[in-house]
Amino acid sequence: MHTLDTRLKRQNLLDILFRSITRLSAFAVLALLIGIIITLIIGSIPAIQAFGFGFLTSSEWNPVTEQFGALVPIFGTVATATIALLIAIPVSFGIALFLTELSPQWLRRPLGIAIELLAGIPSIIYGMWGLFVFVPLFAEHVEPWINEHLGTLPLISPLFTGPNMGISVLAAGIILAIMVIPFIASVMRDVFDVVPSLLKESAYGLGATTWEVMYQVVLPYTKIGVVGGIMLGLGRALGETMAVTFIIGNAHRLSASLLEPGNSISSALANEFTEAVGDLYTSALIELGLILFFITFVVLSIARFMLFKLAQREGRGA
Amino acid sequence: MFSLYARRRFINGLSLTISVLAMAFGLFWLGWILWTLLMQGLPGMNASIFTQTTPPPGSRGGLGNAIWGSLMMTSLATLIGTPIGILAGTYLAEFGQRGWLAPATRFINDILLSAPSIVIGLFVYEVYVVKVGHFAGWGGTLALSIIVIPVVIRTTENMLRLIPNTLREAAAALGTPQWKVISFVTLRAARAGILTGILLAVARISGETAPLLFTALNNQFWSSDMNQPMANLPVVIFQFAMSPYDDWRSLAWAGALLITFSVLTLNILARVMFRQKANTY
Repeated sequence: MHTLDTRLKRQNLLDILFRSITRLSAFAVLALLIGIIITLIIGSIPAIQAFGFGFLTSSEWNPVTEQFGALVPIFGTVATATIALLIAIPVSFGIALFLTELSPQWLRRPLGIAIELLAGIPSIIYGMWGLFVFVPLFAEHVEPWINEHLGTLPLISPLFTGPNMGISVLAAGIILAIMVIPFIASVMRDVFDVVPSLLKESAYGLGATTWEVMYQVVLPYTKIGVVGGIMLGLGRALGETMAVTFIIGNAHRLSASLLEPGNSISSALANEFTEAVGDLYTSALIELGLILFFITFVVLSIARFMLFKLAQREGRGA
Repeated sequence: MFSLYARRRFINGLSLTISVLAMAFGLFWLGWILWTLLMQGLPGMNASIFTQTTPPPGSRGGLGNAIWGSLMMTSLATLIGTPIGILAGTYLAEFGQRGWLAPATRFINDILLSAPSIVIGLFVYEVYVVKVGHFAGWGGTLALSIIVIPVVIRTTENMLRLIPNTLREAAAALGTPQWKVISFVTLRAARAGILTGILLAVARISGETAPLLFTALNNQFWSSDMNQPMANLPVVIFQFAMSPYDDWRSLAWAGALLITFSVLTLNILARVMFRQKANTY
């Protein structure tokens, strides 16, 4: 009896030990995030002290006089991500529609994998391909057309007039769109897949066309999830570094034209961080990183919250 | 009445056509990018890529040191990140029913999963590179392992949740202590799925460039010293592609081809493995 007792005690101890180790690992993730935030805040203190809120509104970026403002990179990040989403949302919706409703059964899996492979290609490859293949074609064929046709329209003409050199905010946005399409498309596909077939079949039974089922039944049902997927793509687009760095041109100049080179937060970091001399310069770059992290944190939180809401409704409905 | 019908049919036909075009649009880029890589990368692919080190501008060389550095940092990062990821994933799936820690960790993990990788580079720079005083292979390894952890946690948790509860109950009914149930029954049953997650994590970090820029940096020479700056494929590709030298650019294309096809192979391998596992149920 005595030996059994000690053995039980030992197993009990091991159980507690095991549970503590796994809990510690889970806690490590939490600590990691807190650590990242604290480190970035500490790193940017000198810049925050020097520039205050003016950092967010100043477009000056001069390492020589040590005057730094984040407006140009923030504008570039937001502009490229917006362009990317404007292109990626309709295309992703089309792809998800094709994969869930149109494609023959045997094609679904290979096509789905192909789209996921597009997501698997490292971003530096997108950047390189964009710089050497896409940008020259863009400069030669697309930008002159944009200048000629969109650049002469009232109201939007300042957006679309500029040099035809390819390297630009617009080109970076387009490459970014190609990158986020697979992310948004696969979330949309997964979300469309959860719609009960009963619901769709009822609509079809009433004589609705495929498009009407999609637009008036599936989309309203999955609205929250779709928005969540889009936000997830937005989070990707905001933080993407290498693809944008190759193409945006890294010019610290504020310009309304999308055909002018610009800068984004992540590409400013990639290009300048290792070469930054002086505490203030480094600190200003770290503050840029903090701003980027803050923006993506908010966007991703909203995305997760919305996807969670959809999953919750799913659970209740079932 | 008829016109309404025709209109609906027209709208339907139009939108379905657009949907097919969207699919073609997506595949078109995949095809074009892979085609460019093959065209530009294949001419530069030869044995010296693997045996020689990165050359100074204007001379011939290979990517041997960069491939070696990438392999070392990727495998070490996987070795560091995987155990933490599996343990934390186990906690979420097996012990995470009550309390605040599990939901909080799940939420944070989802954020880390899509957090900008360059910010992780900044973090490691601040906590490691600044303290040590120089760029080093360990810094790159650390940054990459931070990217591995959330991917492994996510798949481990998902895979463990697929294991039927009856399996756990059967083991518990035999008087098995919980740690044995989890490590010898549930984790073992979910093995293939977890391995898939690890492969996906490796695929993810082998192409990561941004977090290595200010941690491992680069090294022109063959080095296995993790305390020194370390050459790695993504950073070499970045540096060489941006350079004006033709030799460097063709090496960059060869490296890009190498990385892309390893990443895609890993991705496909992971999917095939998971599918086989799914079939055995």
